[in-house]
Amino acid sequence: MSTTTVAHHDDHHDHHPTGLMRWLTTTNHKDIGTMYLTFSLIMFLVGGAMILGIRAELFKPGLQLMKPELFNQLIGVHALIMIFAALMPAATGFANWMIPLQIGAPDMALPRLNNWGFWLLPPAAILLTLPFTLALFGIGDGALATGWTFYPPLSIQGGIGVDFAIFSVHILGISSILGSINIIVTIFNMRAPGMTMMKLPLFAWGWLITAFLLVATIPVLAGAVTMLLTDRHFGTHFFDAAGGGDPILFQHLFWFFGHPEVYILLLPVWGFIPQILQTFARKPVYGYKAQVYSFWAVGALSVVVWAHHFFTAGMPVPALLYFMYSTMAISLPLAVMFFCWIKTMWKGSMSFETPMLFTVGWIILFGIGGLTGLVLADVAADAQYHNSYFVVAHFHYTLFAGGIMGMMAGVYYWLPKMTGHMYNEKLGKLHFWLTAISFNLTFIPQFFVGLAGMPRRIPDYALQFAEFNMISSTGAFILGLSQLLFVYNIISCIKGGEKATDKVWEGAQGLEWTLPSPPPYHSFTEQPVVK
Amino acid sequence: MRFLKKVGISLAAMLASLSAYADYTWNFPEPVTPMALDTLHVHNKFMVIIAIIFFVVLAIMIYSIFAHRKSKGFKAVADKAPSTAVEVFWVLVPFAILLLIDFVIMGIPAYHSVLVMEDTRDQATMVVKVTGSQWKWQYEYMDGDAQGIKFTSVLTTTEDQRYNRAPKDEHYLLEVDNPLVLPVGQKVRILMTADDVLHNWWVPQFGSARVAVPGFIRETWVQVDKAGTYRGQCKELCGKGHGYMPIVVNAIPMDEYKTWVAAKKEEQKKASEVKEMSKEDLIAQGKTVYEKNCAVCHQLTGAGLPPAFPALAGSKIATGPIFGADGKYLPDSHLDRVLNGKNVMPAWKATLNDTEIAAVITYERNSFGNTAAADPVVQPTQVKAARQ
Repeated sequence: MSTTTVAHHDDHHDHHPTGLMRWLTTTNHKDIGTMYLTFSLIMFLVGGAMILGIRAELFKPGLQLMKPELFNQLIGVHALIMIFAALMPAATGFANWMIPLQIGAPDMALPRLNNWGFWLLPPAAILLTLPFTLALFGIGDGALATGWTFYPPLSIQGGIGVDFAIFSVHILGISSILGSINIIVTIFNMRAPGMTMMKLPLFAWGWLITAFLLVATIPVLAGAVTMLLTDRHFGTHFFDAAGGGDPILFQHLFWFFGHPEVYILLLPVWGFIPQILQTFARKPVYGYKAQVYSFWAVGALSVVVWAHHFFTAGMPVPALLYFMYSTMAISLPLAVMFFCWIKTMWKGSMSFETPMLFTVGWIILFGIGGLTGLVLADVAADAQYHNSYFVVAHFHYTLFAGGIMGMMAGVYYWLPKMTGHMYNEKLGKLHFWLTAISFNLTFIPQFFVGLAGMPRRIPDYALQFAEFNMISSTGAFILGLSQLLFVYNIISCIKGGEKATDKVWEGAQGLEWTLPSPPPYHSFTEQPVVK
Repeated sequence: MRFLKKVGISLAAMLASLSAYADYTWNFPEPVTPMALDTLHVHNKFMVIIAIIFFVVLAIMIYSIFAHRKSKGFKAVADKAPSTAVEVFWVLVPFAILLLIDFVIMGIPAYHSVLVMEDTRDQATMVVKVTGSQWKWQYEYMDGDAQGIKFTSVLTTTEDQRYNRAPKDEHYLLEVDNPLVLPVGQKVRILMTADDVLHNWWVPQFGSARVAVPGFIRETWVQVDKAGTYRGQCKELCGKGHGYMPIVVNAIPMDEYKTWVAAKKEEQKKASEVKEMSKEDLIAQGKTVYEKNCAVCHQLTGAGLPPAFPALAGSKIATGPIFGADGKYLPDSHLDRVLNGKNVMPAWKATLNDTEIAAVITYERNSFGNTAAADPVVQPTQVKAARQ
């Protein structure tokens, strides 16, 4: 793809308030993207701190630090924060920053909606965590204690934390839908002349599918938690057998959202991983079309496989078989993607700067998540894996390695473009190795302790699980502390450092690298033409 | 410095404990039912397949990482899309392999496993009903000689052990007062339900797990082929006691099982006999019942965990009158609450017998500083009458 562009500082457009008002009122896609990414980083640390409390409690058998009530609150809120307040905003932040740059647009299509979409997030995060503080003052009995899945009847029995979490999910959902609408409209309407859909950068493609999945499934989640709310307070019986309802109905509704959610989190990463690969392999993306079609296939399959999350809840045999085989089918488009990623590396001229290290590590670790997912699809074996630590390890390989480590690759890849400075490469590499090694130290033992029979979500465990838990907790603490390097590296990169060139990376391709680093406040004032 | 010292000590303790035990389990525990054996085979086969895929792909990547480096002067070679029929064929080969793995190598055995797993009735010789409730299991034998045997199974690990005030037993958190007893070699159909929230009855060595759903009956089956004691846990988050409702199953030979059934029936018959008891005896028995069933919410001290679980000490219900002028129990009285429950408080009439209910009420009315003005003692006969 060759491009011509006229990019220059256009200072007279830079009128904007300064200080706090700049950030409160901004409709600029880069400002909003920065806020999303900052919010995501803060919440990543909050969610991480919560789980370190859990891992400290699980360091050895017996109750040391907390009562089971608090334990149950921390696990669920950790998950909701990591999914809705860390991973999703990170993806939206990158979308805001990079999609207009990559498609040659001056800004997002709906800038005010964009501002609102972001400013819904902090209240939602406060709602979610407020019950912890309220409990300290004797109001209510703490946050959501049902795990992030809200399963009734436990969630109907629960305290005010459940109500707070329901409203928080409503607000987070509205934010996601607004963000998605904006991205869909931007991609459909604001592409540079000559950029046909099949020339769209893969990151934009991945996000487009994510946006459609969000618009399709978030309303189902919102409906499900609203039904829960009316069951709790207004005497309905959607999930209560005594009134003709069914607790398992909630699981169907929840996972109709919940399974696509996995791909909602992953598709943006699958989008920019090939772009990082082509940059550092100095060779164009292999199998562009195959990857786009795979995105479609995963998107379509993701909404028809939900019940594999609760095989043990009891289902007719045909349903078990259908959900097993359809889940296995997801391995086909994923295999295509893995093939394309590796083929992009193959016979390239590779160098291994931090983004590439994270990307290669990501492929390997996400591979483990994917392969164990294939095993979990097997109904018979799932009776053993289900709700054991095996599952915990599996989804952390897909969502920490596959999600968060992917996002970290993106951060290192685009940070010089966003700030205009190079980050500290040595620290970046150290951060990668510490993260990759301690991540495995944390989660490999969880595979084994799960196979040995340790259920998840228990505050204390039998003695035969002690050694694995101790290793896992040790790994978790190294993993958690290593992230401080990441934060330090980002902050010092924002403050200063070696000046980044426009292209930043030798092999970088795409419109975002044709603009200066950092890009001007209004990205493309004259549309570039894609040939 | 003190912190460093602490870290050092705990690290040393960690290493020492690692080498001392070193009893890692790398796979499922030994299977003792046909289903668990089948599951283990499926799992092992799958693990081998994904390990091969993983390491082959990893090897290709590692080769590429070392060979195709810029620092070694390797120049990028442009890719070509497959064009000839032979090239297209080779692109399709991995697809074919994956389809074969998914739907033939794994798919066909999985199909048979599912059918076997879901066939709870054929050749089943007995039926046991398992009811999950916060936070214990209730077992009821539904047919045959054992019909009518019914008991609850509660964790016996003490609070002192859980809070590190006493050394932990070998079966810490995995021991109960009344284990489920099953005959070896018999296919047992298990009916599963719950009283309050979702639970999941899981013994890893049995390979079967099924969610207990309140208001519905779910089914599974076990056929324990080897005598022994097997332990498992609830694996569906069910509230604060989720980690404290283990499952213990004693599988014993058929003749021993028959003896056990006879003895258990005799014991239950005795327990259901109702007689007048002294206040002291009632309080003594009530203390045991309380600690097993009530203390988890109302606490050993009777202080409760307000607002969810009210205090019994000084409570209106636990000190107010029980019986009206006509001798019948009053609505919302202590006896009414224990028999029939309300909101989070479960109904105990199905779980506890007349003597146990009388004992626990008498205990509560004369403990935690409570002194009931009216009706300080409830007799088993009164409970029996109240049930009618």
